[in-house]
Amino acid sequence: MGKRDRLSGNEAVAVAMRQINPDVMPAFPITPSTEIPQYFSSFVANGQVDTEFIPVESEHSAMSAAIGAEAAGARTLTATSSCGLALMWEELYVAASNRLPIALALVNRALSGPININCDHSDSMGARDAGWIQIYAENNQEAYDNFIQAYPIAENPDVRLPIMICQDGFITSHGVENIELMEDEQVRAFVGDYAPEHFLLNSKESMAVGPYATTHYYMEAKKQHAQAMVNAKQAVLDVAKEFEKVTGRSYGLFEAYRLEDADYAMVLIGSAAGTAKDAVDELRDKGVKAGLLKIRLFRPFPAQEIANALAHVKAMAIMDRAESLSSQGGPLGSEVMAALYRARSQALAVNYIYGLGGRDMRVEHAEGVFEQLRQIADAGEVTDAYRYLGLRE
Amino acid sequence: MDLHKVNNTCRWQDLTEGMQIYEGGTSAQFPTGEWTAVKPEFIEDKCKQCLLCVPVCPDSAIPVKDEKRGAFDYDHCKGCGICVKACPCDAIKMEGVN
Repeated sequence: MGKRDRLSGNEAVAVAMRQINPDVMPAFPITPSTEIPQYFSSFVANGQVDTEFIPVESEHSAMSAAIGAEAAGARTLTATSSCGLALMWEELYVAASNRLPIALALVNRALSGPININCDHSDSMGARDAGWIQIYAENNQEAYDNFIQAYPIAENPDVRLPIMICQDGFITSHGVENIELMEDEQVRAFVGDYAPEHFLLNSKESMAVGPYATTHYYMEAKKQHAQAMVNAKQAVLDVAKEFEKVTGRSYGLFEAYRLEDADYAMVLIGSAAGTAKDAVDELRDKGVKAGLLKIRLFRPFPAQEIANALAHVKAMAIMDRAESLSSQGGPLGSEVMAALYRARSQALAVNYIYGLGGRDMRVEHAEGVFEQLRQIADAGEVTDAYRYLGLRE
Repeated sequence: MDLHKVNNTCRWQDLTEGMQIYEGGTSAQFPTGEWTAVKPEFIEDKCKQCLLCVPVCPDSAIPVKDEKRGAFDYDHCKGCGICVKACPCDAIKMEGVN
């Protein structure tokens, strides 16, 4: 039986970590993820977990230590935000190419500069090509549930990739909500023991991790990695199915909210989905067929499924909480539009940049976007596919 | 998986995950001697078998047998020239190193 508790997103993820009881946690504090290792180190001090907690001197060291520990055969996790993730950059690729199923709790925060400590997705979006699985949460419950599902996905023998479990900085990480926790024993049983086939501390087998891959091997290594990422989609679905059996809470590649008959759709990631749902409900009450597609899995990107779910809409707004500075829009915009093109969709699509550096997206903003979509659908064409929402201009 | 069948003609499906190597001492099977354009030359007549060159070689490319060094292992020598500097007897020569 689950139990109700009132926790912030950071607290919820720290509780998930305690229940998982990993072998190693190297971590360095950075706002707004600091509380995760802070709560967790108190679990270590209280003897509630068996984890080796390593207070490292930087995020570069945190990910390096995580790679070493995971390669040694230890189930390893860490947490960070923003510039902390940026300082892990070169190790993110090493962790992924070495096929080490490390779990990282990412609390999304804007990258500098200008310096800003509030929420946007520029940190994880920047790391989208590092070869990590990325799963995003709308709220505290999802952040907790996604973290419980992290290792069964990442450690799947067809996958074996590191996984980033993302939640929105402050909005989710510091907002307190009533959530339902699993019992400790349920989590232990769900996540299981970590028993890697090969690991450095195996006295019965010599092993080298991360050897030099010459020109003769590098491309084959990338193709293997790419195939593992393809495989991850099914693992995400399989683990979600098992999770639903235990908790009754259902997850997929994305959430389609009142989308099945929608004329106008919004596509977005993260906490703004709650706001968008309110706008959808209000518009539905007025007879406007509005809907929402909330991305849960961003890496691998479920392009075909997203395009199918949006196939019937007249116009859509793809909402990016990160700038690409490409002059064309944001990363989610590029990916969704590429998915639509591959699916030979003729849908009218516009890409909005919103919520950068902690800027709120309010219900009236979302309603304004749906009004724009109505006008686009009526006009039958998109004149400006790259827009800003909530900007002073 | 038989590691000795893993080579640069294998398909991507047949290589180890993450290019990991599940055996010790396999670098001996990986010739790196072609990386260099210049090679050290061993002048055996001048050699006093002090073996000072052996431990400074970063690639273990100077084999020792019965307390005597032998000919260079050119499959693994990368031509760094450190042995030339270490030799007190001018028994190793290499282009560009004095």
